[in-house]
Amino acid sequence: MSHLNLTLKVWRQDNATSEGRIETYEAKEIPTSASFLEMIDIVNERLIRDGEEPIHFDHDCREGICGMCSMTINGIPHSKERGITTCQLHMRKFKDGDTIWIEPFRANAFPVVKDLVVDRSAFDRIIAAGGYISVRTGSAPDAHAIPVPKSDADAAFDAAACIGCGACVAACKNASAMLFVSAKASHLNHLPQGEVEKDQRVLNMVRQMDAEGFGNCTNQFECEAVCPKEISAQHIAKLNRDYLAASAREAVAP
Amino acid sequence: MSALTNSLGSFIKSSIGRKIIVAVTGLALVLFLAGHLTGNLLIYAGQEAFDEYAHFLHTFLHGTGVWIARLGLLVCFGAHLWFTILLTRENKAARKGYAHQATVQAPKSSLIMIWSGLTILAFVIFHLLHFTVRTDAELAKIGAESPWKMVIIGFQNPLVSLFYIIAMTLLCSHLAHGVASIFQTLGLRSNRTAGPIRIFAKAYAAVIYFGFISIPLAILFGYGSDAVK
Repeated sequence: MSHLNLTLKVWRQDNATSEGRIETYEAKEIPTSASFLEMIDIVNERLIRDGEEPIHFDHDCREGICGMCSMTINGIPHSKERGITTCQLHMRKFKDGDTIWIEPFRANAFPVVKDLVVDRSAFDRIIAAGGYISVRTGSAPDAHAIPVPKSDADAAFDAAACIGCGACVAACKNASAMLFVSAKASHLNHLPQGEVEKDQRVLNMVRQMDAEGFGNCTNQFECEAVCPKEISAQHIAKLNRDYLAASAREAVAP
Repeated sequence: MSALTNSLGSFIKSSIGRKIIVAVTGLALVLFLAGHLTGNLLIYAGQEAFDEYAHFLHTFLHGTGVWIARLGLLVCFGAHLWFTILLTRENKAARKGYAHQATVQAPKSSLIMIWSGLTILAFVIFHLLHFTVRTDAELAKIGAESPWKMVIIGFQNPLVSLFYIIAMTLLCSHLAHGVASIFQTLGLRSNRTAGPIRIFAKAYAAVIYFGFISIPLAILFGYGSDAVK
């Protein structure tokens, strides 16, 4: 098994209010079979042995589902590899002697908690504003009770693949949350179950998004390029369309 | 009425609302460019055709036509400028940069929109003073007699032509991203149409670019010089 020796430039920040800084670490004898997070684990074990503060980072499932491993690798969220989260990135993608820059997801709406850990609860508040449907709970309805055209089901499912990791915000030079919001809105707006509250959902989610201090989309599509679930920016176009229609309907028939 | 003004107010304050205003005013300006270029290309049809076209513009609807157009353009240009500056300021405030910056697929033109736009603003001011207000008394005298001659003499100044070509280059860059963005912001783009829209925007930008710069280039290479001696 081959090993790599790397130089890491890592963002260290003691807490939410302190000034951060880039620090340099040597990552020695990293097996190419390790994942990126395992590489940081190895570096952290050495830091702990040496009595230093380990690098703090978020992680949970380590299989690309939970969306916790929010970090920017060489300026690109989840690295330049397409369609993966940081935990799915393998060290074989790097060369011996590489310098790797590791920074937290940057957005004022995602304040840094510590080192690479950011607070993404702004997303939760956007979901609470409209990312739901109001239905009677109880036993699950029959799957064929409400017919859904296949194309709509597929489009909704593509949008529903969003894991809320925040890479779209981190990649956007304006820290815009449009891909996230559009995916969450599109997921429900494509379906008959979501149709009823569509206008209110779109208006409320967009207003919450603006209130959280995210920037504005400038159609550069960096978001879809870094999205680990490869969600298309066509959902943003749909959100724009739905927002325009919802605003118009709100104006004439409130 | 208050419901209408309320929702109009929140539309103008919202990020998507502002972008839609930028897209719609941008569309109006994009269409104006096509009309303006078509008129300008009459310069190659000769002095008589061009001067007649200029005369038509100024007498259309007993002279009010040109003012309606100017007012409309001023509103579009002003709103486009105002809202893009507002949006850009919000965008700059939304995050701090990375120590290691990188982009994956954002085209260069999309990264310099505010700078290409502000260059176009500077150019438009110069262009209006030059050919519309005519602050140069000598050029104004020629312009009153024949707009065709005014254009030829105006562009025989290499500095004027150089600035014009630089401004048109940035306009071309602005359009390459801007025209495609109109479709996205108005919700008219999908995965199926993304490719054709990108090609259309670039083609439109190229037509506008080569159309406009052909005029100072032709004049610098001697077009019309016999007639204005």
